[in-house]
Amino acid sequence: MQDLLYFIQQLINGLTIGSTYALIAIGYTMVYGIIGMINFAHGEIYMIGAYTALITITGLTALGIVWLPLILIVALICAMIVSSSMGWAVERVAYRPVRGKHRLIPLISAIGMSIFLQNYVHLAQGSSNIGFPALVEGGFRFGPEDSFQTSISYMQIMIFAVTLVCMTVLSLFISRSRIGRACRAVSQDLGMANLLGIDTNRIISATFVIGAALAAVAGLLLGMYYGSIDPLFGFIAGLKAFTAAVLGGIGSIPGAMLGGLILGVAESMTSGYLSGEYKDVVSFSLLILILLFKPTGLLGKPEVEKI
Amino acid sequence: MLEVKDLSMRFGGLLAVDQVSLDVKEHEIVAIIGPNGAGKTTVFNCMSGFYKPTGGKIVFEGQEIQGKPDYKISRLGLVRTFQHVRLFSKMTVVENLLVAQHRHLNTNLLSGILNTPNYREKERKSLDRAAYWLDRVGLTDMANREAGNLAYGQQRRLEIARCMVTEPKLLMLDEPAAGLNPAETKELNQLIISLKEDYNVSVVLIEHDMSLVMDISDRINVINQGRPLASGTPDEIRRNDDVIKAYLGEA
Repeated sequence: MQDLLYFIQQLINGLTIGSTYALIAIGYTMVYGIIGMINFAHGEIYMIGAYTALITITGLTALGIVWLPLILIVALICAMIVSSSMGWAVERVAYRPVRGKHRLIPLISAIGMSIFLQNYVHLAQGSSNIGFPALVEGGFRFGPEDSFQTSISYMQIMIFAVTLVCMTVLSLFISRSRIGRACRAVSQDLGMANLLGIDTNRIISATFVIGAALAAVAGLLLGMYYGSIDPLFGFIAGLKAFTAAVLGGIGSIPGAMLGGLILGVAESMTSGYLSGEYKDVVSFSLLILILLFKPTGLLGKPEVEKI
Repeated sequence: MLEVKDLSMRFGGLLAVDQVSLDVKEHEIVAIIGPNGAGKTTVFNCMSGFYKPTGGKIVFEGQEIQGKPDYKISRLGLVRTFQHVRLFSKMTVVENLLVAQHRHLNTNLLSGILNTPNYREKERKSLDRAAYWLDRVGLTDMANREAGNLAYGQQRRLEIARCMVTEPKLLMLDEPAAGLNPAETKELNQLIISLKEDYNVSVVLIEHDMSLVMDISDRINVINQGRPLASGTPDEIRRNDDVIKAYLGEA
């Protein structure tokens, strides 16, 4: 019984982290699906989302606003707006001018953008950890009083709920809306989409904006969950989300969702049964194994060379 | 409506197209024929903006278009297909037709989310147009299949329908009958003629299938080794000695 409760606890923790990885991974996978580049500045967009949320929360609290739902919603909206503008601007400044050039050039541009944003936040906000107020506290406990209890906090429930809503809205948007339809067309054949009169530049901008908005959501959620942020906050989360995207099959949105959850669970199982220090080892080993045995990822389709 | 004058295209030391001229009037089907490697597709690629020609002029409705990017040319109403099918194969048949009308449905994100009457009206119109063309090319039953799962001949027809929903003035078809069986070729013939007759679209086509070319073309341009060899009506081409020697004689 106790073993089972312990296992369920790890599963809950894993799914919590995993669903936020999935939110970030969608940004990587959508951009890759459309223009075939890895946006290495995406982790920084997520970090900026977390900072914006923190600044908004601090500001609202200073104004004397204490009603929690209002604070959270305003923080979420501000974070999404700032991150989306950043995502849009990064594409405009650093990627569009080098699009269609050799693959390495956008990649280097992306790494440069990532370093730039990291250092910008360093200068603007300082390099030390900043505490993120735990606005949502408490939770449920299951199991016998005198031994191990499985707990699920309200914060974790909120992460699940918000992630679920985001994923549902995104799926509907991609499958039903006109812009979503154009996104799919552009990701299948950019040249043809352009010939048919779709403004491909606008669609590419839209994918960056959507990916950045989802990353901002993750930024707020994970900032609150971990309780502190720093300018390097985006780096490791970005790497993990990128791993999740590759794991699920880069270019595939359901793949990014699945990859994020698998990675999250794998990490928390490692922390729970082995040691927390091994969790990065396990997640990146998973990446290497996937690349060795199924290079297209779990849900990815083999890329057919276009003639 | 389209005039190509002294078009040349050089790839390094190779002169692929040398001083080719042709013109297309309104309400006309013009064919470009020639042996393999004659430079037909290169001419097409120059006309549609895939290549920047190294010499000559291309005038479409009074505008010089040589060297313009392909998407700008297609927006002027000069739309092309390719030798190989380039459908959005993972999208459904009807989605292929809807997405091609994206430009005509100029609405913003907000009106889509709010589902405004204006948005619904435009969406309905584009769906009507898609349904019309699906019926026209006989694919209504296939509307919700993935385009990649259609038979080859159906994919070819869907491609033409997808061009037509963009309301082009001039349609350029690169070997539309390649890989089709005789029955499908016949259907295609009728479709192309009806595009001209019923929808007032001019057509330029590259084709190897002589029966198709001779049946439907108003005029034919023959190219051999990058140079223009002859041009005229199908009857004139049939009787032209140079053409018989260079092309029909070999066949």
